[in-house]
Amino acid sequence: MNEIKKLFSQGIWKDNPVFRQILGICSSLAVTNLLINSFVMGIGLCFVTGFSSFTVSVFRHHTPKHIRMMVQTLIISAYVIILDIFLKAYYPSMSKALGPYVGLIITNCIIMGRCEAFAQHNKPIISFFDGISMGLGYTVVLLFIAFFRELLGFGSLFGIQVLGENWVNWTLMIMPPGAFFMLAIVIWIAKNIFPTPEDTNEGGAKA
Amino acid sequence: MEINPMVILLASIFTNNMILSNFLGMCSFIAISSEIRTSLSLGQAVTFVLGCTTVLNYFIYHYILVPLGYEYLRYIVFIIVIAAFVQFIEMVIERYFEHLYYSLGIFLPLITVNCAILGVSLFMTIRSYNLAQSIAFGVGSGIGWTLAIVAMAGIRQKIKTDSLPKGLEGPGITLIITGIMALAFLGFSGIVQIQ
Repeated sequence: MNEIKKLFSQGIWKDNPVFRQILGICSSLAVTNLLINSFVMGIGLCFVTGFSSFTVSVFRHHTPKHIRMMVQTLIISAYVIILDIFLKAYYPSMSKALGPYVGLIITNCIIMGRCEAFAQHNKPIISFFDGISMGLGYTVVLLFIAFFRELLGFGSLFGIQVLGENWVNWTLMIMPPGAFFMLAIVIWIAKNIFPTPEDTNEGGAKA
Repeated sequence: MEINPMVILLASIFTNNMILSNFLGMCSFIAISSEIRTSLSLGQAVTFVLGCTTVLNYFIYHYILVPLGYEYLRYIVFIIVIAAFVQFIEMVIERYFEHLYYSLGIFLPLITVNCAILGVSLFMTIRSYNLAQSIAFGVGSGIGWTLAIVAMAGIRQKIKTDSLPKGLEGPGITLIITGIMALAFLGFSGIVQIQ
């Protein structure tokens, strides 16, 4: 139980995939113009990371070393297809809004990274929770970015107008540049609150 | 939907740039954009692979998957085609073009996981482009990607020695510069627009 707790604190805060490891930012920029999009995307990613880590870990003794990347990619794609079909069937408007970014979960480096770094050497249940916690960390950052982008860009939260009639929408926030600036600010804040060991030692950042 | 392929080519370079308006291929964009020479090589490799895999995926999707009714398998099929193609190109280059291998070859494995490659194939099927449009879209996206990464490498070389706030070094400042570049590219949006 303690181990699982530790995993969650790592995934969400200390080793957060987005602002700590700079992974999976393609989609975190693209879907954050609305809170509801980011929410669905986050849930989807949790599902895919959790289950593909689990599956990779179950098969870890049976996968030959040199083709493991291919096997991992296939496992991930299978779950992404399930997610895509589910969205198309039950939330067609959502599936339209996310467009190709659902499919692009396959190339999201977070999933591949967790399969390679964690699931390859750990038991299935632990790997499952590791995947979920990484997915949650991603979701939290997504929601944080989307909160500001939707609030400033549309004056609304989850589609409900919260800022008064006099609010002038910052159109820039919902356009691509707004996404880049917001993510940069998030990374900046996160680095100031939690300096990594190598940052404090030499002050050098790795690209 | 009939759009002139030339329009698509221009649009995918300037107004619908893969990085600056669709956020695809960000991972390698941030990691490899510190030197002009390497980022140019990477850009060339990406353009080449994009052009070829888009056409391959076009044929596979329209002549195999659609007639059989297996459209939902496209994610798996596309990613396998991309991985296999990259592997194949790597072997060919290593065997016959040794000097190319050292400038380009090391980037090829990276390209498989570049989301721009899969993204272009997916956009192609979603927007239902025909063959000429798909070629223009694939090549144009590659050129646009190269343009963005080379410009970024140039800027990063200039600011390499400048002192920055601690938390902004590395990815932080890269993202801010990308944002400003995206702003500049918004200026092109009057020329052509595709959706």
